[in-house]
Amino acid sequence: MSAVKTSIPKRTFDAVIVGGGGAGLRAALQLAQANFKVALISKVFPTRSHTVSAQGGITAALANVSDDNWHWHMYDTVKGSDYLGDQDAIEFMCRNAAAAVYELEHMGLPFSRLDNGKIYQRPFGGQSQNYGGEQAIRTCAAADRTGHALLHTLYQRNIAARTQFFDEFFALDLIRDQDGYVLGVTALEIETGEPWLFEARATLLATGGACRIFRHSTNAHINTGDGLGMVLRAGLPLEDMEFWQFHPTGIPEIGSLITEGVRGEGGYLINKDGERFMQRYAPNAQDLASRDVVSRAIAQELLAGRGCGEHGDFVYLKIDHIGADKIKERLPGIRELSMQFAGVDPCVAPMPVTPTAHYMMGGIPSNMHGQVVTPVRTGPEEAVPGLYAVGECACVSVHGANRLGGNSLLDLVVFGRAAGIHMIETLRENPIARPLPEDAVETSLARLARWDKRKPERKTERKPEHEPQKTGTETVAGLRAEMQQIMQAHCGVYRNEALLKAGLEKLSAVEARLPDATLSDHSKMFNTARLEALELENLLPIARATLVSALARTESRGAHSREDHPERDDEHWLRHSLYFRERDQLDYKPVRLKPLTVKTFQPKERTY
Amino acid sequence: MPAQMRFRVYRYDPESGAKPWMRDYAIEFEPKGKKVLDALIAIKDTLDESLSFRRSCREGVCGSDGVNVNGRNVLACVTPLEGLAQPIEIRPLPRLGVVRDLIVDMEQFYRHYRAVKPYLVNLDPEPENERPQSPAERAELDGLWECILCGCCTTSCPSFWWNPDKFLGPAALLQGYRFIADSRDQATDERLDFLEDPYRLFRCHGIMNCVEVCPKGLNPTAAIGKIKSLLVKRAF
Repeated sequence: MSAVKTSIPKRTFDAVIVGGGGAGLRAALQLAQANFKVALISKVFPTRSHTVSAQGGITAALANVSDDNWHWHMYDTVKGSDYLGDQDAIEFMCRNAAAAVYELEHMGLPFSRLDNGKIYQRPFGGQSQNYGGEQAIRTCAAADRTGHALLHTLYQRNIAARTQFFDEFFALDLIRDQDGYVLGVTALEIETGEPWLFEARATLLATGGACRIFRHSTNAHINTGDGLGMVLRAGLPLEDMEFWQFHPTGIPEIGSLITEGVRGEGGYLINKDGERFMQRYAPNAQDLASRDVVSRAIAQELLAGRGCGEHGDFVYLKIDHIGADKIKERLPGIRELSMQFAGVDPCVAPMPVTPTAHYMMGGIPSNMHGQVVTPVRTGPEEAVPGLYAVGECACVSVHGANRLGGNSLLDLVVFGRAAGIHMIETLRENPIARPLPEDAVETSLARLARWDKRKPERKTERKPEHEPQKTGTETVAGLRAEMQQIMQAHCGVYRNEALLKAGLEKLSAVEARLPDATLSDHSKMFNTARLEALELENLLPIARATLVSALARTESRGAHSREDHPERDDEHWLRHSLYFRERDQLDYKPVRLKPLTVKTFQPKERTY
Repeated sequence: MPAQMRFRVYRYDPESGAKPWMRDYAIEFEPKGKKVLDALIAIKDTLDESLSFRRSCREGVCGSDGVNVNGRNVLACVTPLEGLAQPIEIRPLPRLGVVRDLIVDMEQFYRHYRAVKPYLVNLDPEPENERPQSPAERAELDGLWECILCGCCTTSCPSFWWNPDKFLGPAALLQGYRFIADSRDQATDERLDFLEDPYRLFRCHGIMNCVEVCPKGLNPTAAIGKIKSLLVKRAF
């Protein structure tokens, strides 16, 4: 109930979910099946979401192939996180992993199968039996298209549950009242260009990652961190933004991912001398060491001049020795990608690969119920009423400083479900909507109006429609490319103070030019130029949060490798970073070392 | 040394009041290893930001960027520029309404997809663990579940062009069969009842344009044939 009249059309739901990837769809399903009125807003048709690109699988200790249990999975995840992961959330995820995978199977997900009819599992990086012993075989797969299978299955279940979809709606801003309650979002209907208000008693952000801050990334074009931008604009912090995973095996220049499952199926990396160099860096796990370890090893090989190709800027991933039949059965998508984008058939030749930005371990601070948490007077993790976040956009934190392969899809479904359950409780406890603030839509309308601005001098010399329209001095595409170049050069696998400082200076200069950017396309109809401008407004502060957080953390942990501080420093840095946009302020909160029921895994030296 | 490449691109913005038209672009662009989507992005970023098209994964798995290139329905992101005759003519997928430029209204396509109830129906109590499925049973799904809903097949189908509202089209029928073929599904009869219709299924005349264009190498005609033979078997 709201007495406030807004100037734009309004829809009211019990819950609104922003993002139609695995996490958003899983949460929506929970709510829709409980007969709540739920709207799912997505800037793309849901099956275009980036979950679709996940390849290798979803990790759960089903023990279908090797002896296994969730305690070992938990240990591996804590170790993989370089002890920055919150152990209560990690226990929650690993304990619920098997049930989550069986649930997906019951929903119809076409998992590959073993001869005994059980779900197929393959080895993945950083997996062990007996707390650091033999390699475990734990990642459940649908060939090498597990993300596709998972995303389509969840979308299909939502069709059955009659979730209400708002496809191709772009979320703009959170609506927050004076007491800090989140009351919904504003969103742009892309096709018509009309802004809408979605009022809801619970709002969930599931907007995915933001690797598009980098020039080379495995991520889809749509991964622009829109939820993170919304959260920063609402005055809330982002957590652990210095931690970005560089996947060891992206196709050079193109960025497309070559799954860790290739190494899981027996593939290995070689340098220009044909040497299996991972034996030197990780004597036990070798090619199936954690991703941060393998990426650094490749970077070292390249620096030492042992890279392949004319410029020595990649290494090879060899898999042909397992035989063409196995490759075609278990890695058909990889074969297709490699042939299309690297011009190499992995059945006959090794694939060129190089470390590529892949995953954001940081994000919107949340707890294991999906509630967004922020420091308030009384404590470091007070729930923001009405606001939830799950999936890659959130930082629970189960991945800490480095995510293990196969834990991302797991994160989506375990915490998507948990958030859905908690939202249902919230909705039952709060049956009455709080009144919308008077200025609920002002920020969003101002942002839209800003991009309607035209260069005054251009009006007079507007060229006829059939000639290229020159934009103002600054363009969205130009600024975005500069930002991506800066992040690529200054915030990659290895960092140091001078590099990060210079990067921050350059980024500030780019940000300062943003107000001068104008659009030449002012049509309301499916205006993708305007969309890219709004996305850039989300990307830039994320890039900034990354540089500021990375500069402050004077240690090396997981994916954050400081050449000038090569050691992990638990005494000072066993804590999460919190970045606030206002004055680039940083705050810190302790890592939750106490699991729910088991004993703490004490930080120790991390070797593979 | 980048070559100059020429493109003719279908343009339409209903808000402008102008009729659809073909616009020529010439850009310095090295085509080696690049795809049609790379060129579209280069045109948008450097020449004309008003050019509108959908894109997401840029690696052929999300199905956003189905377009018609030199007369053939393709995914722009996996279609090599090399070897295409210039000017490379890029149009929206045929038969669907154009929203703007290369962006078509997919609602009809999605409606047909939803109509086949594209979800597993199994009313047995859920077991504690997975429902078993042998590798052979699971293999029945290969070539079906990988569909990315790009619309290249359905919009290349003459039967769909004639009866877009009544003929479900190859993509939806492929998904219909994906669940019939699933050893875990229990709704085969209901699914066949729904499909046994002179339009929904039987407008397929085996022209096989769908097979020809599917960017994922799937074979909707074969799946449709299997549905038809199940219907025949059921009749006796």
